[in-house]
Amino acid sequence: MTARISLRVVALGYLALLLVFPVAMVFARTFEKGVGAAWAAVTSPDALHALWLTILVAAISVTANTVFGIVCAIVLVRHRFRGRGLLNAVLDLPLAVSPVVVGLALFILYSRTAPVGGWLAEHGIRVIFSTPGIVLATMFVSLPFVVREVMPVLREIGTEQEQAASTLGASPFQTFWMVTLPAIRQGVAYGVVLTTARAIGEFGAVSVVSGRISGLTETMTVYVQDRFQNFDLVGCYAAAVVLALIAIATLLLTDLFKPKEEQ
Amino acid sequence: MIYLSLIVLIPLAAVLWQSAKGGAGGFLQQVSNPEAIAALRLTLLASLVVVLINVVSGTLIAWVLVRDSFRGKGFVNALIDLPFALPTIVAGLTLLALYGPKSPLGLNIAYTKAAIIMALLFVTLPFVIRAVQPVLAELDHEMEEAAYSLGASPIASFRRVILPNLLPAILSGTALSFARSVGEFGSIVLITGNVPFKTEVASVYIYGQIQSDNVSGAAAVSVLLLVISLLILLAISGLNRWGTRHDR
Repeated sequence: MTARISLRVVALGYLALLLVFPVAMVFARTFEKGVGAAWAAVTSPDALHALWLTILVAAISVTANTVFGIVCAIVLVRHRFRGRGLLNAVLDLPLAVSPVVVGLALFILYSRTAPVGGWLAEHGIRVIFSTPGIVLATMFVSLPFVVREVMPVLREIGTEQEQAASTLGASPFQTFWMVTLPAIRQGVAYGVVLTTARAIGEFGAVSVVSGRISGLTETMTVYVQDRFQNFDLVGCYAAAVVLALIAIATLLLTDLFKPKEEQ
Repeated sequence: MIYLSLIVLIPLAAVLWQSAKGGAGGFLQQVSNPEAIAALRLTLLASLVVVLINVVSGTLIAWVLVRDSFRGKGFVNALIDLPFALPTIVAGLTLLALYGPKSPLGLNIAYTKAAIIMALLFVTLPFVIRAVQPVLAELDHEMEEAAYSLGASPIASFRRVILPNLLPAILSGTALSFARSVGEFGSIVLITGNVPFKTEVASVYIYGQIQSDNVSGAAAVSVLLLVISLLILLAISGLNRWGTRHDR
């Protein structure tokens, strides 16, 4: 009995020191100078722009990755083809590659001195140090989540209902829209939440490709670092609290959408 | 497939291409730069320490979450995922707020190697716990009870009955946290001060090289990190096969 209690104390103590106290501390620091100062800091033009850019980038990447994720999961689960194992392995790459390496990869490919980047620049499209680069970086790092959440659900539901639908004369599109999609919607929702969280929180890759131009290419996470380096601690902590609140909201949402067996 | 190539494969191939441009000699020269070596060594060492701590703390926390019951357990369980949800830069900032220069605990680890370990422990916390938890929950009580009734002490039954069953899960959680530690950037960049040869890890080194326009140097070290991530992915898929060997 004492062994059990002491294990519990050790486990909870470890979590408190590593996780709870530090996060609580940021909240405390933010409101040290009053709610007004914190509010003023998050509603400054640069902060609002960073927030807006973050939301825009997240919206584009989440939409693209959701469509891709559903299609890719269906292809991987329902079809057998050469290179399927390889495709499956490549999907996990974004989880294992360092964000800075992702940023560097995009930088090499799309900077003005590179062939691709140079060609695009001639046609008036800037990728690096501009929004498209940030979107590409975010899409890269948040790619696997929808696929990985939808695949097990697809495997679980089997093909019987889809076959029934096609024998009853439904077109492939109708079958997908009216049978498959409703069946996998929970997996999709869970994947979307995870993708969104990752997209909003990405820092390393974005900070390489964005050029960190304040009021132009700064996302929320880059803005936090920028404020920190400019010794504007109130602005820095306030922006961090906004991100932390988004993270906590994500946690609550994932709990809601988690597949039932896992609960 | 095209989408995947455009977003993931072609950019990564560009890194390989860039690092190969200077030939094998150029690559070796970039990688054997003393600052690069120091950064890589620190990264691997710190990741190793972090992984070892995670094996113990992760298994312990998973154990408490599965076998123990107390008020607020559901809350603690939900909390474990916070490091995944929290942006890494915020993670670094939270640690700096509590353990930094103006620490209310009077504990200042900012700009030391301990800070790197701390940041990595924060971001890799969920991996081992989330890998071990479901396996531990599925585990039959019968085997343990058999061990007890045959006179095994709690420690002996843990070591000889439970641990072997958990091993594949622990190892795959460990591999994931190692992969994450090797590439981590956001949580480290604020708290370590990034002093070359002292607290500069590989990802920060790469970042520095990009900023100072040495793209080839950045690419060379990146290739090494890519190789490490690939090896870890392979190891994980191998572990999954080994873990499910009895089901096949």
